[in-house]
Amino acid sequence: MDVLELAGWISLVLLAIGALGALYRIVFGPALLDRAIAVDVLLIALSSGLTVWMALHESLHFIMLVVVASLIGFISSTTLARFTVEGAQANQTEPEPKQRPMGDGGR
Amino acid sequence: MSITFDSWLDLVAAILLVVGTSLSAVAGFGLLRFPDVLSRMHAATKPQVLGLLLALAGLGLAVGSWKILPVLLVAWLMQLITAPVSAHMVGRATYRSHHLNPKSIAVDDLAKVVKEQDRLDAEQDNNPPAG
Repeated sequence: MDVLELAGWISLVLLAIGALGALYRIVFGPALLDRAIAVDVLLIALSSGLTVWMALHESLHFIMLVVVASLIGFISSTTLARFTVEGAQANQTEPEPKQRPMGDGGR
Repeated sequence: MSITFDSWLDLVAAILLVVGTSLSAVAGFGLLRFPDVLSRMHAATKPQVLGLLLALAGLGLAVGSWKILPVLLVAWLMQLITAPVSAHMVGRATYRSHHLNPKSIAVDDLAKVVKEQDRLDAEQDNNPPAG
């Protein structure tokens, strides 16, 4: 067996371990931000898997897919983080009308 | 003579691939084992930059052509540019939505800034601009 082929199989096993950890965190993650981070890890495991496949076959079939994944992969977690902050601030400002001084009612 | 230059290149590429993807496995273990969002983020950002760099370098050595170097460089640089954006947003959201244990932070320089901003927001709420 070629040394590169052996390394490819070992790499795929390692990527599977990383992807399984990310999948566990996506399914059971307590917070939404845990899931956002885990989705990033899953995407990077996919890109690395495509890279390993290309290295084994000495081809460049999927290189554009890797480029696009690294270009737009950050959008999902950025969007989730933004909406998480807005939701948390909405929850914090919810009991505020009770603390407001009397006199500016009707607003 | 059985050991040629190409087999040396293949050996280096194999080592780079295994090390680069082992960072992904490390991230998986970190996601499983670490207690809160910030420490999980610490583990999860390792394969995004260094892991992808090592894997792409292994791909370049395995293919063995200078022509693919710009594409690999673009793939890695785009990851290098966009990874801090999502890390910044996730870290900020983690702090602002109180998803962390305050006792696990040794030095918290952000608390003063956030408190001041909250005070300014409350002031603006109580004194809305005319009109």
